[in-house]
Amino acid sequence: MADATGERFKLTIPSDTAEGMKAQNRILNSLERLGYTERDLFGMRLALEEALVNAIKHGNGQADDKVVRIACELDDESARVVIRDQGDGFDPGDVPDPTAEENLDRPCGRGIMLMRSFMTEVSYADKGREVTLVKDRTTS
Amino acid sequence: MADHRRINIEEIGGVTVARFVDKKILDETNIQHIGDQLFSLVDDDGRKKILLDFENVEYLSSAALGKLITMDKKVKAAGGKLKLCSVRPEIYEVFAITKLNKLFDIREDQERALEAF
Repeated sequence: MADATGERFKLTIPSDTAEGMKAQNRILNSLERLGYTERDLFGMRLALEEALVNAIKHGNGQADDKVVRIACELDDESARVVIRDQGDGFDPGDVPDPTAEENLDRPCGRGIMLMRSFMTEVSYADKGREVTLVKDRTTS
Repeated sequence: MADHRRINIEEIGGVTVARFVDKKILDETNIQHIGDQLFSLVDDDGRKKILLDFENVEYLSSAALGKLITMDKKVKAAGGKLKLCSVRPEIYEVFAITKLNKLFDIREDQERALEAF
């Protein structure tokens, strides 16, 4: 459903990062229409990329028989995107701090940190199988 | 066969300047190709002074950061030097949030980076 100030939609995609990129573009196009700033869009693209890659690769293991469900509620005040995979889940509290001196040269573990930095709110549910990204629109 | 080159290579005063072709270093397959090309500069060509020019880059994901970290390790292990330049403010923020601005030597532009080798 779309109106002048917002839209809600759901997408179900296979465990394929190219499909994740299409979903990302769909969401970003809507936010651009709703007047989100370049910086908001930058943060949203980055967070969506990290969350979708996590769901597709780490959650579903790129399995053909698993899908990723994406639910979006977008309006001119805030964007809320819920991404759900069909994997075994994980404990987001268990991911080591990538900025600790001893982890600085480890090549992974930065996705969740970037999501938290660029989003207004990031929360996990269902043992890590579901992540909710919330971004309030910056007004200037 | 499709052209998978994602980096343009130029030799300037003994320094290998690698310029990213893509604006968005997000796509998994692209990141894989970029990593392979970067690693080959050290592993196959034995280059020791490498400058990564980010002028074209508008987006960068954590998977791409992972490749850069591995590249940094390879260059250091080979006794070489790796520097980055022309990083946009939004991208620099990604490095700063993850504290990778401490790991990498990031210079303002190509000229200043070349002088620093």
